[in-house]
Amino acid sequence: MEELANLFHGFAVALQPYNIMLMIIGITLGVIIGVLPGLGGANGVAILLPLTFSMPPTSAIIMLSCIYWGALFGGAITSILFNIPGEPWSVATTFDGYPMAQQGRPGEALTAAFTSSFVGALFAVIMITLVAPLVAGFALRFGPAEKFAVYFLAFCSFVGLSKEPPFKTIAAMMMGFALAAVGLDSITGQLRLTFGVTELLNGFDFLIAVIGLFGIGEILLTMEEGLAFRGGNATINLRVVLQTWRELPAYWMTSLRSCLIGCWMGVTPAGATPASFMSYGIAKRLARRGNNFGKGEIEGVIAPETAAHAAGTSALLPMLSLGVPGSPTAAVLLGGLLIWGLQPGPMLFVEQKEFVWGLIASMYLGNLAGLLVVLTCVPIFAAILRVPFGIIAPLILVLCAIGAYSVHNSTFDVMLMLVFGVLGYLLKKCNYPLAPLVLAIVLGDKAEEAFRQSLLGSQGSLGVFFSNGLVSTIMALGLVALFWSAIQEGYSRLRTSMA
Amino acid sequence: MTERSERGPAHKTLEIGMALLIGVFGLVVIFGSLKAGINWGAEGPRAGFFPFYIGAAIVVASAINLWHAQRDDDGRLFAAWGQLRQVMSVVVPTAIYVGSMPFIGLYVASMVFIAWFMRWLGGYRWLTTIAVAVGMPVLTYLVFERWFLVPLPKGPLEDWLGL
Repeated sequence: MEELANLFHGFAVALQPYNIMLMIIGITLGVIIGVLPGLGGANGVAILLPLTFSMPPTSAIIMLSCIYWGALFGGAITSILFNIPGEPWSVATTFDGYPMAQQGRPGEALTAAFTSSFVGALFAVIMITLVAPLVAGFALRFGPAEKFAVYFLAFCSFVGLSKEPPFKTIAAMMMGFALAAVGLDSITGQLRLTFGVTELLNGFDFLIAVIGLFGIGEILLTMEEGLAFRGGNATINLRVVLQTWRELPAYWMTSLRSCLIGCWMGVTPAGATPASFMSYGIAKRLARRGNNFGKGEIEGVIAPETAAHAAGTSALLPMLSLGVPGSPTAAVLLGGLLIWGLQPGPMLFVEQKEFVWGLIASMYLGNLAGLLVVLTCVPIFAAILRVPFGIIAPLILVLCAIGAYSVHNSTFDVMLMLVFGVLGYLLKKCNYPLAPLVLAIVLGDKAEEAFRQSLLGSQGSLGVFFSNGLVSTIMALGLVALFWSAIQEGYSRLRTSMA
Repeated sequence: MTERSERGPAHKTLEIGMALLIGVFGLVVIFGSLKAGINWGAEGPRAGFFPFYIGAAIVVASAINLWHAQRDDDGRLFAAWGQLRQVMSVVVPTAIYVGSMPFIGLYVASMVFIAWFMRWLGGYRWLTTIAVAVGMPVLTYLVFERWFLVPLPKGPLEDWLGL
């Protein structure tokens, strides 16, 4: 019951007028970010992070997390109206959302998408409220070996669950770890991998990497197609909303299934994008009208949107309770915690009750506010897309540059951002995943510290990672995740040879 | 699309190049780690201990990626030359923009960059171009420097204006 009291206290924090204002600003900015190509949740939050340095941490995280919810909502608008996914996790929404819009049912598709997003998020927030304190309490007992095992599990899940080839995932991830290692070694205080370049003394900041890889890289990808003019129109009225809401309860099974898939994929760092595809795929297989999927079936909008939003929200669970972010955007938020002087991880629940519960309460309110904002303002957001890319692109590039500069007030970082941008473009074209790279830059130092501290305790024996039941279990799960695709292949081969 | 614009570098070439590039990066990491010391010192594992294995993993993964890239050849294009020209038409001016920032400040550089982009790539009228190119930096100044007190790089023009 103590949690309930904490949660009510959190609502009191989140309902302060200043925080409500930040919530609305965050949601609105987030939807705009989600609608515009080249500005996604992760780098949108990264660019705006410096603006929050002077705010109280609770207000800052409320605004930034609301940007994230807004971006999750916004991605659906462009997918449905223009067949252009504003975010990778809304690609699956285009499959049925866009056909629906073309059949003259855009309002229905949008309402279904927004409502499903809300349902998915609500489910995930309730799960966070119930589970996060337990996980954090459990994690308080973790020593360095257990901490390393959790990181190990997180990164192995990337290799096993991502749809990119495993060795490309490993290569991208290890590059992230290497970049994180550059600069001052936190344990010995020795310089390493700087090769005499003074700008590298403090290493690579992951915010710069995020802005470059996701922001600039995305703009370059879009530029391949040229500056094509995009247009469109959308209206949504109360009658359509109410009518769609009456229809939706019939699909409760799909919603529930998608919520579960989303939460699972969000907690393990697979993220919102695979969750939306997986949920769509399963819904297609199980739905009574599965053959009609891809031709404008409302269930085909509900499934991916619910899962994407559930995954995006539940990605904050491991970030808050273990200090391991479940998605690139959660990683940026975690970076924010460090900048505001908070130590992410289980201690947050003990030492920073107001912050944690204020954030959790704001997740309930932020998503409700988000639903209202998007339902009422769709025409305005759709109008933003009618601003041609020729104007939007230079403005986004300038915004990225400002964001990169203000992290450390350094013009060197801005150049680094461009390098990361070109790298991001090439990596993306060659099918290397970017999310593990970014997460490795964020967590590299912590993972290394945990690794070296464990080895110190055991005098260099790797046996420490299998020294007790808990750490062995986590490590074993990690190994299963690492070899998941090989295990799956072996199993299906075994089955065919048995048959 | 014309016949000419559909030609371009093969996807395979870029894959191989990427794998080699990442492999070389791995070698650099190994080299740097060796310099920092990869064995055990008085205080436990030395600074290069962890990155050394990271570097080794990068080299091994790249070698496997290289082998895969070498093997599959589906004749796909990486991108048409025309597309790459579009991409370069953003990369090159952005590089100039970023490179000139320490000297002329962010505001002037942004104005020139936005104006160039809209006028030459977007083909907008001068009036629209100038409105956006001047409006955006002014808005940025108000939001960042005045409201949120985040200083941005300035050059001679701002000194002269006394901002």
